[in-house]
Amino acid sequence: MGEFEVHRVRFFAFLPSGVRCLARGPALALARLDGALELYGPTASGFQEKAIPGHEARATQALSWAAGGRLFGADLGGDVAEYDLQKLRIKYTVDGFGGPIWSLAADPGGTRLAIGCEDGSVKLFQVLPDKIQFERSLDQQKGRILSLSWHVSGTRIVAGSINHLRVYNVDSGRIVQRIRVERRLLSSHRRECVVWGVAFLSDGTVVSADSAGKVQFWDADKGTLLETHPVSSSAVLSLAVSEEEDSLVVGTSEGAVYQFQLLPVKRGSTESRWVRTKPFQHHTHDVRAVAHSRTALISGGLDAQLVIRPLMEKMHGQGYEAVLRKVTFPHRRLVSCARKARLLLFQFPQHLELWRLGATNAAGRDGEVLPVSRDPEHLLQLKSKGPDHICCSCISPCGGWIAYATASRLHLHRLQLENGSVVAIQRVPKLPKLLCPVYQLLYSADSSRLFVASDQGSVHVVQLLEPGGCKHLQTLCSPSGTAEAVQLLAVSADGDWLAATSSDWAINIYSLQQFKHHCTVPAYNCPVTAIAINPATNHLVIAHSDQQLFEFSIPEREYTAWSRGVQQHGLHKDWLERDTPIAHIAFNPRQPTQLLLHDTHMLCILDKSLPLPDDNTPLNNQAFLKQLSVKARRGHAHAFKICKKYQPLLFMDLLDEDCLVVVERPLTDIQAQLPPPVQQKKFGT
Amino acid sequence: MAALCEAFTLCGLVAGPGQGVLGLEPAPGADRVLLTDRGRTATLYKVSDQKPLGCWSVKQGQMITCPVVCNFETGEFVAVQDDKVLRIWKDEDVNLDKAFKATLSADVYRIHSLPHVEPLVLFRGGAVRTLDALLAAPQQGIENIILDEVIRWSEVFVEAQQPVLIFTTEKDRDYFVYVQKFNPNTLHKYKIEQEESFCPLSFTACVKNNLVTLLCLYSNGCVYKVLMSLQQSVPEREQVLPKSLLLKLVVSGSVLKGTSFTILDKDHIAVLGCLDSSPNVAKEWLTIWNTKFQTLQTSKELSEGTTGQLWCYGKRFFLTHGKVLSVVVYKCETSSLAAAVGKLKDIQTTDRRIMSSFVNWNVLQEEDLASLQPQQSVPAKTESRRTLRSRRSVASKVQSGTLTAEQLVLDIKDSSENVIEEELKHFLSNAQMADFQATIGCIMTNLLNRCKTEPTFYPQNCLVQLIQTRGLSYSLCPDLMSVALEKTDVHLLQLCLQQFPDIPESVTCACLKAFLSISDDSLEGTNVNLDSVICYIDIAHNNEVEKQTGTVQNGFNSEMLEDDISDIQLTQKSHMMDSSDLCPVGPQKAALLNAILRSAYSETFLLPHLKDLSAQQVILFLRYLQYLFQKCSEKVSMDLPGDLCPTINQIMDWMCLLLDAHFTVVVMLPEAKGLLSNLHKFVRAQVRFYSELNKIEGSLQELQRIKHQKDIHLYSIEVLELV
Repeated sequence: MGEFEVHRVRFFAFLPSGVRCLARGPALALARLDGALELYGPTASGFQEKAIPGHEARATQALSWAAGGRLFGADLGGDVAEYDLQKLRIKYTVDGFGGPIWSLAADPGGTRLAIGCEDGSVKLFQVLPDKIQFERSLDQQKGRILSLSWHVSGTRIVAGSINHLRVYNVDSGRIVQRIRVERRLLSSHRRECVVWGVAFLSDGTVVSADSAGKVQFWDADKGTLLETHPVSSSAVLSLAVSEEEDSLVVGTSEGAVYQFQLLPVKRGSTESRWVRTKPFQHHTHDVRAVAHSRTALISGGLDAQLVIRPLMEKMHGQGYEAVLRKVTFPHRRLVSCARKARLLLFQFPQHLELWRLGATNAAGRDGEVLPVSRDPEHLLQLKSKGPDHICCSCISPCGGWIAYATASRLHLHRLQLENGSVVAIQRVPKLPKLLCPVYQLLYSADSSRLFVASDQGSVHVVQLLEPGGCKHLQTLCSPSGTAEAVQLLAVSADGDWLAATSSDWAINIYSLQQFKHHCTVPAYNCPVTAIAINPATNHLVIAHSDQQLFEFSIPEREYTAWSRGVQQHGLHKDWLERDTPIAHIAFNPRQPTQLLLHDTHMLCILDKSLPLPDDNTPLNNQAFLKQLSVKARRGHAHAFKICKKYQPLLFMDLLDEDCLVVVERPLTDIQAQLPPPVQQKKFGT
Repeated sequence: MAALCEAFTLCGLVAGPGQGVLGLEPAPGADRVLLTDRGRTATLYKVSDQKPLGCWSVKQGQMITCPVVCNFETGEFVAVQDDKVLRIWKDEDVNLDKAFKATLSADVYRIHSLPHVEPLVLFRGGAVRTLDALLAAPQQGIENIILDEVIRWSEVFVEAQQPVLIFTTEKDRDYFVYVQKFNPNTLHKYKIEQEESFCPLSFTACVKNNLVTLLCLYSNGCVYKVLMSLQQSVPEREQVLPKSLLLKLVVSGSVLKGTSFTILDKDHIAVLGCLDSSPNVAKEWLTIWNTKFQTLQTSKELSEGTTGQLWCYGKRFFLTHGKVLSVVVYKCETSSLAAAVGKLKDIQTTDRRIMSSFVNWNVLQEEDLASLQPQQSVPAKTESRRTLRSRRSVASKVQSGTLTAEQLVLDIKDSSENVIEEELKHFLSNAQMADFQATIGCIMTNLLNRCKTEPTFYPQNCLVQLIQTRGLSYSLCPDLMSVALEKTDVHLLQLCLQQFPDIPESVTCACLKAFLSISDDSLEGTNVNLDSVICYIDIAHNNEVEKQTGTVQNGFNSEMLEDDISDIQLTQKSHMMDSSDLCPVGPQKAALLNAILRSAYSETFLLPHLKDLSAQQVILFLRYLQYLFQKCSEKVSMDLPGDLCPTINQIMDWMCLLLDAHFTVVVMLPEAKGLLSNLHKFVRAQVRFYSELNKIEGSLQELQRIKHQKDIHLYSIEVLELV
């Protein structure tokens, strides 16, 4: 069926940044330690719909959703920022004038923001339609404010500081209650006790999580301790309460997440108590952020993993929704490949690496490792200028052009290669200003054009000129006039068609000969994860985050018969229940009926000429088929040929007919780069 | 149980009338004796070295008239020359003429000397003086006590730290015993009960608990015992002592002549001389008798005749044998009934081993010892020295000019075994020749040719030496093994099997057949290298249990309880199972069979020859193989301990071959049933075991694969096929 020479690449030293904070609102917002922001869709699939690249100087400490789906963040630079979720950038920042901001909380109505500053002040901002405005400052106390929580009434705020909890009256600005949080008595040396998380429940109970490893419940009116739950021997770093306030979740520095539930003391009794119910250990390092959705516990840690742990009692039976999900890798393309030149371009936050693949002159059978006659070579390291992190990058198929973009500007470089090594690199000057902002870059198959995905649904077409110049040819605009940024691009091999997907999930197809809009693919209510145009038939293949696959004929402007067949027949259950989105689609030019797809955990050849599998037949039947004779295989073969040998898979592409490149990033390699976890005594060690 | 061990020659004796040994006395020092001959000479010998340490002789015309003794107090030697003249000298004195001389007033019969006791001088007249007293006044008057009686025998003993001298006298066929005690001086005289027509030939005595036991050997072959108490006061009149028959040496009524005897311990006596003297064959024997059970314990034929003189010092007999003075080592253990009836574990084998090792040792000795070999009877000491010298010259000739192979080959044709052996030794010791193997092969061929022509010629030591050069192979000397087979020289065959790489299967099979047919008893004591069996066959235990198997067998075996029920019936019938944990063959045979198992072979060629074995041999061999297999299976490493042991594969292969060759026969044999079922069980166990091993191997391979997979470097190019 298909035998490939697979270049298995593990030298992409990508290191995802740790999760700093989470905010649940219209979408799940996640801020990483490097200042990047990610938005995850509300659906259970956990697709990373939008991402704003990080910034060297930005260390976001807290996120909060305000009314109208507006997202605010506060960072240690002392600024409060509002994110533009359409243009995927920071809309504006306002200085808090209180030093580094450690905490941020919006009031229940979403109209006021409270920030907790290094200097011990709690400041209130009013959320106005286009800005936020400083309203007042509450009583300033000693000690930084590390955590804040509003009472549901919007009249009281509880602030966690060092060794203290304070309850403020918002109207008067006075402290109405001051609670001293002791370290545990057993602790001999009097170190300060940092209150990392607080929650103000509607019944006036304050929950605190502190560095002594305690979760404590206080009466805010009387300032008395209600309950103490020692959770950990190390610090409890994060705290989140469910909307119903009957359950809360804490994360510790040991990587454990504990759920507390408010349960009646006796059956039928009205008296209830908080009970520590479920421990989860999905992280290896600090759990710096937790969130509590209606049905799941969400936690993010220093080990860069976002874990969505559905609560079984909220689920109806065992199903797709009830599966634990771990998001480790970004759902964006970080690797691009120059097929003809056999180069790989790796995107890091602040630099690019260009590698040339090795070669072999041996052949072998399935599973064999071939001797490498030429080792891979690190050709180039390209450092980006400025504090902004790189948001996208691309290398042309010929290997002669490298383009990358930060939030502020686009960079284009001309590479001169000789015998596979870089002879000269030259930056193309004077790029047209209008090209910014850039969300995605793509070269045409003949490396003559660069397509720049921009905001408001527009795509710029740039003509690349020899020896090292460019000319802006045309800007393709979405006919619907959307405000969303274009996220994904696909160009046909003949250079006639360009498909562009914006954040509102609309897919527009443009004719590049006439530089005009050709058609729009019928809307589907799910984010698009990957698109590609079949070079043989000019059919657009679309993968959605709910694992559905569509094939749209660009010339006919309609779904193909195969695609309709797929929808009619339905995809295999196991296919639909994969938990990572299709990241890339490629085609085998020799076999037009074949699609090459991959997600983090598998790579798949989808042969459209073969029948689709039923739910009764196993989806992954390669091992079974390999045992059969060639004749017998025909009876059992189906369209999906799945290989799970390469995991976790960051990138896969077809170099030429029989040659694949896969880029893996083993989790053990990432863990090796992390600082050592909190030492824990394990039984028997 | 008494036993005679090795014999060796102490010295040659001068032949001729009037010559012979006058006496042999112990000398100070561990194994020294003082030999006095019937002439003028006294010689001090170190027995174990068979070497004279000193030699003294009186002038021509003078004679030593009683055995020279050693004064243990002073270390001086005392001799009596010409009946009356006392000579005393020291070890370092060379010339006896200059030694101290004292003339006595009466004739001396004998001087007796014992450690810690002053030497006693017994005069012919029966008077006794201490040597010191005599030396103080040599010319003192010596009284005559015994008048007409003649002293026949005298001996001194120490009882209660006082010497006791006992001597017997004869007068007109009446025999008297005198017991002389000192401090105070008392003399008892007894008369021995008379025996019609027979006279005492020899006396011997021992003293214990103030009781003197006098044994008299009469010419009718009876040993009588006479008991005397030392504590008696002097009686008024002569006492007649009753005698009791202790032992009858011969049944026939023949008359003993020239026989002497000595007491070994309270139950054993040694007798030297003609026992059953038929007129034409005069064979003389050295015998040890048990007086308690009246049995003959052991005997040694002395083919060259004796003079009937026997001494016994320190577990050694000294006796004249032909023209030499022989030394025979003996063992005499406390007798018990079991030992007497021969039911006790035989110590014969160990004796033989000592003997054989002695022989070997002798062979390997320097040349001067070779002259003392029993075969070469040297008439006299001087002559032995001469031959010795000549031998040395031969040896030096051999050593000076290197012996060529041609010379050796010529010598092989007509020389004696010993000569060839020595020459070969020299030849091999400086064998630095170019075509060593060919030369060795040539020598071997010549030796074998002579072996084939002369049936009595079989130079085993030479052959062994040649094989041990490791330069030989079967093809170089194809006759060697057939000759060895003819002589059933298992030692040689074992060496051949161990060292030759190219033994044809037919010869291997012939060896196997020979080994299987030799009885274990006849293999006992043969010089078989037991290295390969010593580690897993408990030889003593095996012997013991084999003797008991007849009584132990009762069809019960605790092992069987754990086995399948169906097997019980089969195995209960066969007794083989009982001995399955015992080696079915003796250790020597086992070692030989191991040599066979380890030899190289080709199945195709071996199989037809294997069919020649008889059914009993096959069963025996199978049982042994099964035993080996069991021993192998006992250990985790599946091999036998020790050197040169067959491997489990060799054992299995031979078992299969043997079964292949004889399956129809074995199936029919009732006694093989148990064996076969056992083997079948073992095979089943093996199959199970190997299948388990396969599983483990599979798992390990899988583990290795996983490990290998993990060990992927940063970059690799792999082949992936999607079907």
